[in-house]
Amino acid sequence: MNRFLIPLAVFVLLIVLLGIGLHLNPHEVPSPLINKAAPNFQLSQLQAPDKFIAPHDLKGQVWLLNVWASWCESCRLEHGLLMDLSNQHLVAIVGLNYRDSRLNGINALRELGNPYQVSGFDADGRVGIDFGVYGVPETFVIDKAGVIRYKQIGVLTPETIAEKLIPLIRELNRV
Amino acid sequence: MSKVISILLTSFVSMVIVVLMVVSTTSQAQQVDTNAQLEQRLSHLASELRCLVCQNQTLADSNAQLALDLKKELREKLAAGVTDQQAIDFMVQRYGDFVLYKPRLQPTTWLLWFGPFILLLGGLALLLFKIRRQEDVPEALAVVAEVAPDRVAPDRVAPDRVAP
Repeated sequence: MNRFLIPLAVFVLLIVLLGIGLHLNPHEVPSPLINKAAPNFQLSQLQAPDKFIAPHDLKGQVWLLNVWASWCESCRLEHGLLMDLSNQHLVAIVGLNYRDSRLNGINALRELGNPYQVSGFDADGRVGIDFGVYGVPETFVIDKAGVIRYKQIGVLTPETIAEKLIPLIRELNRV
Repeated sequence: MSKVISILLTSFVSMVIVVLMVVSTTSQAQQVDTNAQLEQRLSHLASELRCLVCQNQTLADSNAQLALDLKKELREKLAAGVTDQQAIDFMVQRYGDFVLYKPRLQPTTWLLWFGPFILLLGGLALLLFKIRRQEDVPEALAVVAEVAPDRVAPDRVAPDRVAP
């Protein structure tokens, strides 16, 4: 009896581990930037090239940094959700217009509506690199002190907004 | 006298020209050399870093836009005099340990680095244990043999223990 018990236990353990492995998403690489200060940048604003946007402009408030581009198909999936979120006036939403052309970026916002308080224009993707961006869209939650508290890789869903973003934003707003 | 001066002057000028020529050619050669070295360092680095867009390719193999951007960034950093280690740190700070094809030795990777050796030692220990136990078997058989010699195959029993 014992002879079979140990191999069986090993087998079951292996199956459990493989099962967990199957349900992990290899595209979600944990960001080393969580709980670190958001990288500094100064970018020209998408719609006002002579004006700038920098993280210290947002010190003292909780804000989202949403990385988007007009060429990014899946950004359109979350665009409506961002519009809803911006209408709730719960949090400042800042866009990072990543590797786009100014004209296309502006036209996309004109066509779909603009959920962003302001969008920084990151034409060469330098700021994206500092934020460890590797797939658009990505969304960062940044607290009042300028520390990154959460990173969403890929498209936002109604569930992630309701279950993760909004509770976190409420909590950070209280502090 | 003036002839001597003119000869001295000519030889001095020609010497200066020769020295200048030599200096300029060596500095040019050095320039080419550092560029080649830079590219070599870059391709070595890029082959040890993972492309995050296409996860099973190295940065060197990938032509994804992000990989091109990152190679450009690394090239500029190396040209600015950054060491290989600093360049790798730059990547890890932004994208995490996942970008390293050769994981660092740190508490979170101990199992990864030492796990196979622990399994090997475990296997060897198990093997040794089994062999020891099998060595004990002939003695157990011998006891059986003393009681009922006909129930044990003669060739499986040590000869000196068979006959009482």
